Amino acid sequence: MVKEIERYGIPIVHMSTITTISESVGANRIVPTIAIPYPVGNPNLPKDEEYKLRKKLVERALNALRTDITETTQF
Amino acid sequence: MKFKVLYYVNQFFGQIGGEEKAGMEPVFKEETIGPAVGFNGLLEDEGEVIGTLICGDNYFNENKEKALEYIMKVIKEKNPDIVVAGPAFNAGRYGMACAGVANAVIDELNIPVVTGMYIENPGLDVCRAKALVVSVSDSAGGMRKALPVMAKLTMKLMKNEEIGLPEEEGYIPQGKRLTVFSDKRGSERAVEMLIARLNAQPFETELPMPVFDKVEPAKAIKDLSKATIALVTSGGMVPIGNPDRIQSASAQKWGKYDVSKREGLTGEYCTIHGGFDPVYANEIPDRVAPLDVLKEYEKNGVIGKVFEYFYTTTGTGTSVGNAIKFGTEIGKELREAGVNGVILTST
Repeated sequence: MVKEIERYGIPIVHMSTITTISESVGANRIVPTIAIPYPVGNPNLPKDEEYKLRKKLVERALNALRTDITETTQF
Repeated sequence: MKFKVLYYVNQFFGQIGGEEKAGMEPVFKEETIGPAVGFNGLLEDEGEVIGTLICGDNYFNENKEKALEYIMKVIKEKNPDIVVAGPAFNAGRYGMACAGVANAVIDELNIPVVTGMYIENPGLDVCRAKALVVSVSDSAGGMRKALPVMAKLTMKLMKNEEIGLPEEEGYIPQGKRLTVFSDKRGSERAVEMLIARLNAQPFETELPMPVFDKVEPAKAIKDLSKATIALVTSGGMVPIGNPDRIQSASAQKWGKYDVSKREGLTGEYCTIHGGFDPVYANEIPDRVAPLDVLKEYEKNGVIGKVFEYFYTTTGTGTSVGNAIKFGTEIGKELREAGVNGVILTST
């Protein structure tokens, strides 16, 4: 899905935990995430800490979208 | 003396449990469990399975070094003649785990590995050059067909018999070139192929070309504060009740939902994804698709706008063909709507 959306020329960032799969399916911009059942969260943290963590991860994703790259890059 | 097989399976085939046990650390049991039982029976009097390693798929993929440390320690201790893993069918995490075990065993211990995967399994490319990967169906329904092929290859390897060509033996090509003698020289074979092709008759190339399908990275967004960002997920997040009846595995369709008036997914969304423990995602759906944070960034002017529709499907067991179709359809809509960037989350 990532690859086909990017084919339209729209920059796309893949937020995933198993980045090796992400690379093998052809994602170019990748943000590694926390865990499979909660990629952008962590139930072990207090709610406000968890929200901060999510904000940081999404910030990283937005940063990826505004960065020009020439090859597969993890942010 | 019988040759010794050590078997690797995930938590499901190891009969420990489903997704709720996918985080389990590896354990070793000195018995045949799950597919190892049937496999052992196929070895007749020539070999035996001396034990089964079981590891949760999530644990392996999230803690690969720690998982392999234990797995390799057990394999060194038990010193098997061959390691058999899976078959993993089209289960991505299981395939990656089988591939990870296979590569470590072959690289570090020089012990051969036989496994089985569906041709689209992401683990295949990771290990196909080293392990013998039997071509199996996309679901566990293919177990009965897969095990005899895996067992036959195992016996051949153990008896030092020559392994035939992939299509004859049922394994997936490893990308190796072999020298074979032909009674016709190359120019004759080439001309025969050309004539067959011109006559629209079947012919088989002697040198299949690799298929490279890379998409060039799209240009970056210049000004995020004016950009519209769309949120997409393969984590199966849907409005409670799943109005479009998106499948919980092997998805046949995707859905889109208006989130323009929402502050986050939490409250009206849940996951129908059948491939992970849904407890945490159902508690706070934004843990899978972070609409809450994106909305805050919109409010603060960090980004121009969150696209009004949120796109979703289920990524587990979904065929590459369908994933391509979904991506093409969703991408078309996003381009026509003038979306400038996409965040896609996967579980």
